[in-house]
Amino acid sequence: MSSLLVQLTQSYGPSGNEEVIRDLIINEIKQFVDELNVDPLGNIIARKKGPGKKLMFAAHMDEIGVIITYIDKKGYLRFSNIGGVSQYSALFQKVRFKNGVIGCIGYEEDIESMKDLKLDKMYIDIGAKDREDAEKIVSIGDAACFEGPFNQQANRISSKALDDRIGCYILIEVIKQLKNSPNDLYFVFTVQEELGLRGARTSAFSVHPDYAVAVDVTATGDTPGAKKMAVKLGKGPAIKVKDNSIIAHPYVRNIMIETAREAGIPYQLEVLEYGGTDSGAIHLTKGGIPSGVLSIATRYLHSPVEMADMDDINNGIKLLRALAVKEMGAEGIS
Amino acid sequence: MNTRELLTILSNSTGVSGHEYAFSSVIKQAFEEFCTSVYQDATGNIIGIRKCKKEKTYKVMLAAHMDEIGLMVKDIDDRGFISFTNIGGVDSRILLAQEVIVHGKEDLFGIIGAKPPHLQTEEESKKAVEIKDMAIDVGMDAKKVKELVSIGDIITFRSPTSCLLNNYLSGKSFDDRAGIICIIECLKELKNTDIDVDVYAVATVQEEVGLRGAIVSTYNIEPDIGIAIDVCHGETPDAPKEDTHSTGKGPVVTIGPNIHPKLVKKMFSIADEYNIPYQKDVEPGNTGTDAWAIQVTRSGIPTLLLSIPLRYMHTTVETLNFNDIVNTGKLLAFFIKNLKGDLEELLCY
Amino acid sequence: MLLKELTEANGVSGNEKEVRDIILREISGYCEKISIDRMGNIIALRKGTSDNGKKVMLSAHMDEVGLIVTGFTDTGFIKFKPVGGIDPRILVSKKVLVGKQRLPGVIGLKAIHLQEPNERKQAVKIKNMYIDIGAKNKEDAEKKVSLGDYIAFDSCYMPFGNNLVKAKALDDRAGCAILIEMIKERYSFDLYACFTVQEEVGLRGAKVAAYTVQPDMALVVEGTTCSDVPGAKEHEYATTLGDGPAISIMDRTSYSNKELSRLLYSLAKENNIKVQYKKTTLGGNDAGVIHLTGKGIPTATISVPCRYIHSPVSVMSMEDFEGCKKLVKLFLEYINKTKQEEENE
Repeated sequence: MSSLLVQLTQSYGPSGNEEVIRDLIINEIKQFVDELNVDPLGNIIARKKGPGKKLMFAAHMDEIGVIITYIDKKGYLRFSNIGGVSQYSALFQKVRFKNGVIGCIGYEEDIESMKDLKLDKMYIDIGAKDREDAEKIVSIGDAACFEGPFNQQANRISSKALDDRIGCYILIEVIKQLKNSPNDLYFVFTVQEELGLRGARTSAFSVHPDYAVAVDVTATGDTPGAKKMAVKLGKGPAIKVKDNSIIAHPYVRNIMIETAREAGIPYQLEVLEYGGTDSGAIHLTKGGIPSGVLSIATRYLHSPVEMADMDDINNGIKLLRALAVKEMGAEGIS
Repeated sequence: MNTRELLTILSNSTGVSGHEYAFSSVIKQAFEEFCTSVYQDATGNIIGIRKCKKEKTYKVMLAAHMDEIGLMVKDIDDRGFISFTNIGGVDSRILLAQEVIVHGKEDLFGIIGAKPPHLQTEEESKKAVEIKDMAIDVGMDAKKVKELVSIGDIITFRSPTSCLLNNYLSGKSFDDRAGIICIIECLKELKNTDIDVDVYAVATVQEEVGLRGAIVSTYNIEPDIGIAIDVCHGETPDAPKEDTHSTGKGPVVTIGPNIHPKLVKKMFSIADEYNIPYQKDVEPGNTGTDAWAIQVTRSGIPTLLLSIPLRYMHTTVETLNFNDIVNTGKLLAFFIKNLKGDLEELLCY
Repeated sequence: MLLKELTEANGVSGNEKEVRDIILREISGYCEKISIDRMGNIIALRKGTSDNGKKVMLSAHMDEVGLIVTGFTDTGFIKFKPVGGIDPRILVSKKVLVGKQRLPGVIGLKAIHLQEPNERKQAVKIKNMYIDIGAKNKEDAEKKVSLGDYIAFDSCYMPFGNNLVKAKALDDRAGCAILIEMIKERYSFDLYACFTVQEEVGLRGAKVAAYTVQPDMALVVEGTTCSDVPGAKEHEYATTLGDGPAISIMDRTSYSNKELSRLLYSLAKENNIKVQYKKTTLGGNDAGVIHLTGKGIPTATISVPCRYIHSPVSVMSMEDFEGCKKLVKLFLEYINKTKQEEENE
């Protein structure tokens, strides 16, 4: 079990509240990079210098969560979602605030049917006696992440926030393992991906790379009754063809495939019919940046029990490391 | 150059969003005949520059998108049937019994099928079949299919252009290859004429999945005026009259927040002056075309939108009247010829 | 009175000229540079006393929701579509002004006697509505009105109740009025007041204005939803009328810069100005595009609560308005002080 991966996934960092996870990552990487900046939105931009093409790797630090919008007289907290939170996966979960306060999510039981369950019919119970008691430890605007402990059984891990601390882990490992690279490498840990790829947009503008690859999780089609999708756990890191935010640039996609083949790393191709990731924002930056995505197959996305395969993650590290030292051509389109 | 023939060739070509490179050389070639230089940017947009003799002058960008809607391989089952997803807006009701080409290692002919009608319940048969319940049959065993076809390969409709009466044509991707022909008609009209502005002819990519080519190409070019040329809905018996325009009655010129008010007035007066037929359309918000992206690039770009009425948009039998294309090209050319001297007054608010 | 003049001017998205002209008249004496960009935004610069090049951007949008002419019936009635988000149910039986010439018209509906019982239960759809300007026929109507003419609500500015006002377009002429006041003062930093266009159709003016200005920080001054009315539960209020300006924490388009939001809140508390946090995360405003400009811009939003927003009869409390104005001023003064201190060090 990788203790870094445990630390990363268990760390607090709902979108817009990435301070804690950011400090953790900075501490991990600062001695291994040539430059390190935090930009106005809070992205970490770390650089390993090289003579060649500017290559940007991005993984988002933020996770989904909830935010307090109102505290009622009895001390119950009303909340809104941060990112894609389903009312069904939120019900009866525990949430954790930055100061460690734990709350339980309940719902107004007088709704007619569970079909009518909506987030605004739900509340967080922190065990407060009344409003005053609650306001001693939380305020309107405080954000919380879901609780979801880290478990490993054989090769499979489950935890909250595998989306996208897996990506952060892969970037950190590559940073640590790489000595020299012919490419000028930018490792960007982005904020607010779950709110609309926001950190990726501004960081890509400052970095303005020649090529970019986002590292993120993706859905799978290998569970009972799943939507049809070819991606499976344990079949290797996935190279994205498309999702709703991007059609991967053919040059980048092909060079990823080529790299995997040369290094003998298993891989699968991914066609995702919904969702998006940081590359969606990056590839439309300025005059256009050829971009691709390296995905790790993950089940039960946006729940506290996201599940992935360690082999996929380790092969993902190998693939990204090989890609980092791959000589990149000057022209995107053949 | 016979532009009617070129439209046929373009519409028959393969260029699903994100995969336009398959036929971009055809467009490059066509632009080269009229442009001082032609290049392809990192995202795949084709940009032809038609310089004028003046040194520092205004840039006018003409944009039409070259991508088409289509399908993509999602998975291949144990019997070799291909399941697929859509790229861009595809009405699933047009898909049953459609002929397609799967662009794998080699092009494979295929048929879109679903559960046969006699096996469906009465309830089921009242409903449209969803894409997730369809499969493409390429008539080969799974092993062979998996050898030739990979997840992520694109699929196009097989629907060669046909000629109807009265200069009407029908084909699979006039949206927006017709717009590209308008640009070429315009460049043709401008050939050997002295104009005061540089014209940037742009065939954009990935319009159908979010105006993506226009976003980056406009940033690169930084034009003073941006004109998008796209298609709009042509009048048909089943469509509400207020949402459609007549075919054969000239280009449709849009008015609304997306459009620069002074420029559009100039466009109207040019059309009146040169007796080019046109129609007006009011769009109160998002035009859903490249014009919407062009307008808010960098510090803001004065933008216009011309559209060709097209029946049965996003089907395999998109139908238009070629006269509308000729008239759109003419209107663009006359408009550009009349951009003389200092345009500050025209472009300011 | 300026607020009256501003709210009674018509400026449906894409057609902000009337509003722009009033603002230009008001600010022309105070600014070193006023430019109107390619989309019609006003970008007004009040130069700073220091030449450290620090830029603070204030933003308020000039446009309002309204309607646009899309056609005519043979009998001379006008067909229209909405510009921006409008609940169709508020349109029935209202007065409007059509076009630059402000031609009066009414949105009618056939009499209750003529309706089927179940027809009365259905909301009227916009495509079935029409405006009556009293034209004889289509030809007559077309002489007065053109396709694409903008239509605004006909609603006068009116004080009422306990220090409240009713007007159309308080969202965001309230913000415009505050910016006009702010630009009169000089600070150490360069102050950019951006009066933006087309917020209601997708935050379009602010996107290009922010690109042009590239400020170091931005504050959006808005009119925002206030739903403290019967039928809503307390946690759904968003804001409460009379509880002071509202500071946004997060909405659909941005997560406000935390330091700036906290600063605004504590400045209000320290100076005994009523203040509230916005209690829902719905909606969005120009901050959504401003904060994503360039390499990212720290941005916050302060709003005047407006009941019945996006209707001809929006309502705000003058106390909230004045509080908002004071707080924006305090904010600028605070930034001024800290920037100067930074420099002295």
